[in-house]
Amino acid sequence: MASPAPPDNSVPLWRDDRVLRLGLQALVLVVVVGAGAIMVGNMNRNLQQLGRQFDYGFLKNQAGFNIGESILPYAPNDSYGWALFVGLVNTLRLILVGFITTTAVGVLAGIASFSDNWLIRRLNLIYVEVVRNTPLLLQLFCWYFVILFGLSQGGEVRRILGGVYVSKKGLTLPWPANTPAAWLSALALVILGVAAYLVWCWRLGQIQQSGRPGRAPGLLLWGLAAIALSLFCFGLGWSFPRLGDDNLVVGGVRISLEYAAMLAGLTFYTGAFIAEIVRAGIQSVSRGQWEAARSLGLKTGLALRLVVFPQALRVIIPSLNGQYMNLAKNSSLALAIGYPDIFATGQTTQNQTGRAVEVVLLWAVTYLSINLIISLVMNRFNQSVQIRER
Amino acid sequence: MTLTRPVASLPPGSAGLTPLAWLRKNLFSSWFNGILTLLLGALLLHSLVRFFQWTWGVAQWGVIPTNLPLFFVGRFPSDQYWRLWLLLTLITLMAGLTWGVLTRLSSRLLGPGSLVGLALAALTVIILPIAGDQALLVKLKLLGLLGLLTVTAWLGHGWGQQRPGLGRWLALGWSLMFLVGLWLVIGGLGLPMVASTAWGGLLLTALMSLVSIVLSFPFGVLLALGRQSPLPVIRLLSSFYIEVVRGVPLITVLFIGLIMVPLFLPGNWRLDVVFRAILGLTLFTAAYLAETVRGGLQAIPKGQYEAASSLGLSTPLSLGLIILPQALKISIPAIVGLFISLLQDTTLVSIVGLFDLLGMSRSILANPLFIGRYAEVYLFIGVLYWLLCYAMSQGSRYLERQLHTSH
Repeated sequence: MASPAPPDNSVPLWRDDRVLRLGLQALVLVVVVGAGAIMVGNMNRNLQQLGRQFDYGFLKNQAGFNIGESILPYAPNDSYGWALFVGLVNTLRLILVGFITTTAVGVLAGIASFSDNWLIRRLNLIYVEVVRNTPLLLQLFCWYFVILFGLSQGGEVRRILGGVYVSKKGLTLPWPANTPAAWLSALALVILGVAAYLVWCWRLGQIQQSGRPGRAPGLLLWGLAAIALSLFCFGLGWSFPRLGDDNLVVGGVRISLEYAAMLAGLTFYTGAFIAEIVRAGIQSVSRGQWEAARSLGLKTGLALRLVVFPQALRVIIPSLNGQYMNLAKNSSLALAIGYPDIFATGQTTQNQTGRAVEVVLLWAVTYLSINLIISLVMNRFNQSVQIRER
Repeated sequence: MTLTRPVASLPPGSAGLTPLAWLRKNLFSSWFNGILTLLLGALLLHSLVRFFQWTWGVAQWGVIPTNLPLFFVGRFPSDQYWRLWLLLTLITLMAGLTWGVLTRLSSRLLGPGSLVGLALAALTVIILPIAGDQALLVKLKLLGLLGLLTVTAWLGHGWGQQRPGLGRWLALGWSLMFLVGLWLVIGGLGLPMVASTAWGGLLLTALMSLVSIVLSFPFGVLLALGRQSPLPVIRLLSSFYIEVVRGVPLITVLFIGLIMVPLFLPGNWRLDVVFRAILGLTLFTAAYLAETVRGGLQAIPKGQYEAASSLGLSTPLSLGLIILPQALKISIPAIVGLFISLLQDTTLVSIVGLFDLLGMSRSILANPLFIGRYAEVYLFIGVLYWLLCYAMSQGSRYLERQLHTSH
């Protein structure tokens, strides 16, 4: 009367795939959680021995250290929390400007590798190979100790490149004045830019409709450009630095040597990597596209701008994302040359309070969020350049 | 293997140009190019002149020869230098053999490129400014090593042609070399121990980057497999680790290794600061290695997995025997790239107070005798780093061509 065992029971438990999968995952989970629990337990015990506890209350305490430069008001009797925030703003100030400069350098250098000028190609190759094969930290030291300190040697003010002065106190550059008229001009420039974009769209529409642009939009564009140029030159009230009494530089805007060194180092380092990405992107566009553009009568520059580069962007943008994230992460090397970013202020905080765990967590969260934001923005941008398939 | 020499993608008809025509084509093809050439040329000439004026006039190179041992081996006890020489000899031996075996398929061992390289190396050794009474001896030893490299390469070339299976023994030899190297540097087992504080300069840089990449290898491969795994818990954990580590700067991970690891360990455990830095570098590199290996894994066609399971191989066996060997081979160039960036990243340990090549330079520059010699010292170690990284990247390109077995 015994019914035969169902045939799928014949696989023993220890060879059943489903059991194995579950078992393996459970094992990994147990190991990871166990190791984590042991480490956290040890940490709590060690911290108790040191008489501390994990909490962020210290952020309200008085910081007491000085911050070399900030655009926010800061005094040593402000709290640690405010000091760290000032550091964060300094980080953002560095990386946001860095994105613009490094993109400019990288794209220029990437395009320069296709130049028909032999000298430019060679110099470009040397730049990329030197920068990519030496450590970034060494490059930062070179910018800071060798180049900028070398220029500002002997405590005197030195003039380089016309309107730029360099001294121990920093680099002084020409800058628009902070007057109502200048702000109005800046606003007018923005409005002119929008107007020019609208006129450009109008012109494109005309080209699409009748095959050739009308006369009016072209003239209008030239007019707008002329107004913008004159506004830019005279409306902004450029303040040029000059040597005043007591050998002090008056006017212009002063940026610290630390900031200048960080910006230059990060720009040229990341720029070399972006140059390679741009080069690879342009190379990835098939030869036929160049030839087709040429046979339509476009010159090299126009073919690059209108036909090849838009297609290359599809390859370039996803890799650019990684480089921008690298730039943001590498900005933490500011600690080594004393630019007070979030990492340097955090390090001082950590030294003074002994709150290592809290500060390290804060760093991790800060950089992870910065990178997340970069990723989100770049992904958005990436979607807009991809091919829209019908 | 019929290797057709890669023909340089020159535009047709550029071979037989007269110098004047070459100039016209490459430098002065349009008025704009002409102006650009003149401007850049003038700038370049000016900087070169200034540079040479500085090199022979202003610069005081005394800081380099005086501190040469510090730059290369740190404060390694000088009566134990023979261990490092022995290590260098062994490495040269293995490198020569490997070189010979890898080039066994080409008829000529020494192409013009490698001949020029060897000659340049010999020239560098001869003009190398070494101070001290043993300068001549050191130079002779270095020249001897170059000779050894050539001889072993020649031997390896011959043996490689006779016995095709030699490559496997080389891999084993390198693994043994790694252990022997660690033994010679650290000491123990009959040799006097050398304290970790005595390691420095290029020795510490090489030690840290090599040990980190070797340690991170199993971890990184496991993470890569975990991220591809169909098991959700493992996939999530691996992805979480990889993304978090790749999202924070290396210096944060180093600080975790240096400050937090002692807190995580039981109270009476102590870990040496060099090993804590290596731990930080390993944790960091593993995440990047995982992404590199994942790239290799993704390049393996699905058919390989299906073929492996149709042969009846279980998942671990098919991964170990079929998938990973192919995936790792594809990712070799990327792994070398990773190693190059790791070598550059080890400079960050100078921030946390270790004396790698850059940290040692900073401590030398802090010496009142050599104050303000930034340009000389940084130029010197910059050239060292550049030579190392450039040689490795060229070597990996060469290796890639040699291992390229598809049709």
